[in-house]
Amino acid sequence: MELMSRDVGDLRVVTVADARIDAAVAIQFKDQMRALIDTGPDRVVLDLSSVAFVDSSGLGAIVAAMKQAGEPQRLELAGLTRNVAKVFALTRMDRVFTIHADVATLEGLADAG
Amino acid sequence: MQAEPLRFMGHARDRHRPGPFAGNGGLHLLFPATDMAVRRALSTAVSAAEAMGVGPDASGLVELVLAEVMNNVVEHAFADRGHGIIELEAWRTGQALSVRIRDDGVPMPDGEAPPARHHDLTVVYEDLPEGGFGWGIIRDLTRDLRYRRDGARNELTFSIDLDISIDAG
Repeated sequence: MELMSRDVGDLRVVTVADARIDAAVAIQFKDQMRALIDTGPDRVVLDLSSVAFVDSSGLGAIVAAMKQAGEPQRLELAGLTRNVAKVFALTRMDRVFTIHADVATLEGLADAG
Repeated sequence: MQAEPLRFMGHARDRHRPGPFAGNGGLHLLFPATDMAVRRALSTAVSAAEAMGVGPDASGLVELVLAEVMNNVVEHAFADRGHGIIELEAWRTGQALSVRIRDDGVPMPDGEAPPARHHDLTVVYEDLPEGGFGWGIIRDLTRDLRYRRDGARNELTFSIDLDISIDAG
């Protein structure tokens, strides 16, 4: 499981390099996210554009990461691929998260602002 | 000669080979009940589904359903002894994929496949669920789901409609 993190203005962008967040890596993902959120700014965005597959274990780990971010900090999502968006829709988690189409627009705004 | 069964346990085959029940062009896999073996089986199952003419959206949903079922087997059926074998068969029946998954683990609670759990998502986010999504996903994307205990084995059968739209619901 490989997560890459970069800070753009007051935004931390965490990119998942792996193609899958599934039962095999859910715990690793959760631990790495915890570290990146604990040291992060108030706004952290998880870029999922390289992730083709998330199962319910992976979804649970993403929810756990969001809960790790306590007020005023928050975790948002960006770049959901079709299959991943379907998992969020099926579980209605798409109503719980703030989801952006892509991370590039957000970075542009953070840079300018 | 103990070598043969031991080798089988350690390196269960996970390549696509039509089995007696899978029939014409179907999928039949036997593999150890571990997260990594499930991953490999899913990759094989997706390739096999595509070879059966299943489109990319539907094969994504097939992968999700199979992942949820088999993750449950890994997590629950063999929790007592920590190892076991999963058997996966899938074959195409018109516009549906028929699936049979068997394992020799402990029975499902109350002898039934669990219902979908309905979560209250209006709670403050500290109370949001981090699990329990699996059976909701399985029941949403399958039909004719049946569980039975066959001697010392669990058998789950179901169908997945292949004209299902990924954009709906």
